Amino acid sequence: MRVGDCDIAETFAEAFKMWGARVVITADSPKWALAAARSMTGFATSIIGCKCEAGIEADIPPGETPDGRPGIAVLLFAMDAPGVAKRLIERIGQCVMTCPTTSCFNGLTADKRVSVGGKLRYFGDGYQISKRLDGRHYWRIPVMDGEFLVEDRFGVQPGVGGGNLLILGRDRSAALAAAEAATEAMGQVPGVILPFPDGVVRSGSKIGSRYKALIASTNDAYCPSLRGFSPDSALPDEVGAVVEIVIDGLSLEAVEAAMGAGLQAAAGAGALQISAGNYGGKLGQFHIKLHDLLA
Amino acid sequence: MEAETLSPDRLEGLSAKAAAKLSVQYGNASAPLGDFFEVAETAHDEMRLSGDLSRVKLVGAGMSRGRIQIEGDIGQHLGATMTGGEIMVEGNAGDWVGPEMRGGRIEIRGDAGHAVGSAYRGSRVGMAGGEIMVHGRAGNEVGNSLRNGLIAIGGDCGDFAGVNLLAGTIIVLGALGIRAGAGMKRGTIVAMGPTEILPTFTYACRYRPDFLRLYLMRLRALGLTIDDAQIAGAYNRWSGDSVELNRGEILVYDGAA
Repeated sequence: MRVGDCDIAETFAEAFKMWGARVVITADSPKWALAAARSMTGFATSIIGCKCEAGIEADIPPGETPDGRPGIAVLLFAMDAPGVAKRLIERIGQCVMTCPTTSCFNGLTADKRVSVGGKLRYFGDGYQISKRLDGRHYWRIPVMDGEFLVEDRFGVQPGVGGGNLLILGRDRSAALAAAEAATEAMGQVPGVILPFPDGVVRSGSKIGSRYKALIASTNDAYCPSLRGFSPDSALPDEVGAVVEIVIDGLSLEAVEAAMGAGLQAAAGAGALQISAGNYGGKLGQFHIKLHDLLA
Repeated sequence: MEAETLSPDRLEGLSAKAAAKLSVQYGNASAPLGDFFEVAETAHDEMRLSGDLSRVKLVGAGMSRGRIQIEGDIGQHLGATMTGGEIMVEGNAGDWVGPEMRGGRIEIRGDAGHAVGSAYRGSRVGMAGGEIMVHGRAGNEVGNSLRNGLIAIGGDCGDFAGVNLLAGTIIVLGALGIRAGAGMKRGTIVAMGPTEILPTFTYACRYRPDFLRLYLMRLRALGLTIDDAQIAGAYNRWSGDSVELNRGEILVYDGAA
């Protein structure tokens, strides 16, 4: 199947069940809300090495945030609800509470909720103040610029991690240009994040390694410099570089919508071929067929 | 007249005829509700009362759900100990609005008397949940021994607001009377107007309490007049009362930040 001059491989992305949370960070200015969000989502590219995957979902205008200040929505994913709770406590505690002028709110209505502010409050050393308003529970933690306001509990819900697109280009510049067009389009889809740097990852991985200590290693089938070594090379002759976009979302529908938008954008921006990573369908609970995204 | 029967909990499922036979206390005698009210069919869980009710006490006392709409003034002990539901009063309310209430919401479009959301005499804990909103003024002892919840007064209030406050929040958009927060342990009293602070309170700082934005935005959404400067403005924080636990606070609006 083709979209314009771009070949769409007949394959599927293999995605996994994860648990996700939405964190709304507000601050006196967009600059400081972004500073906190960037810090919180730093070193959160892959569950394998970072214990969670996180990214910025969207800017929120002042009129739509809980406290009327500029805000940013962050999504964070881990393999289970307790894992999400641990990471939220770590990252909100270290990256949001520390950031000047910020407050932090739950942004997800979910049946299951985990304690976050209820744990961070102990930083207040007994001077913290509990407030309940309109069915929600907050903690005021005294800090040196005033108070850090954080919601007691955050909703968590099942999500989908590991949706992906492999973008094959004539060279590195072409592949990256197509990927940038894709991330731009995917950034408009609510309920998803692209956890890698500006949404793009070049070091795609396969399961296992010749070294026993490693559970994953470089995806040699898509490394152009290994054409001569790898009998399994998946690269057409004209392909000189590949980049990947990984998508995590609060629902399968959101991940599919983002993949579809990204696929169309990349195809229209010079990609030679678009493929997807999978493990033969044996590991992931979700198989997202690229051709179905074009239906 | 004491008419705690005027509650959605008590009237649910009753026909107008059966409701009219319910007893109210009139002076020192019981009397049928129908002797004083024309009872019509009501919507499920919703009551509408009209007429001069300024001497009718205990309306909505103990209610747990539903809604009471009162078109006119209402007497004392409105919504006493209620745990849920909503009471809306278009006129003024007497003393003891929502004493020792545990949940739900009361809104008074006019003024309220003394002891809004307070503890009864001899009780250690007053209101412990829910919201009371008075668009006009209120009398003395607003939130006496308040344990949890929100009380908002649109105008001025009398003396001893938040006396013996345990926790919770009192917001007065006008001026506080004297001795606000006397004996408070924890909790928050917010005043937009000039305030005389007791000498047992200690000045802390002038700052922007971010949590207050949530409260003021909610009150504005509910119809109280609050401007942007108050939402984003600076407040002087006083800690007290040092004769007690000293963990309470009085926040006094001090203009734009």
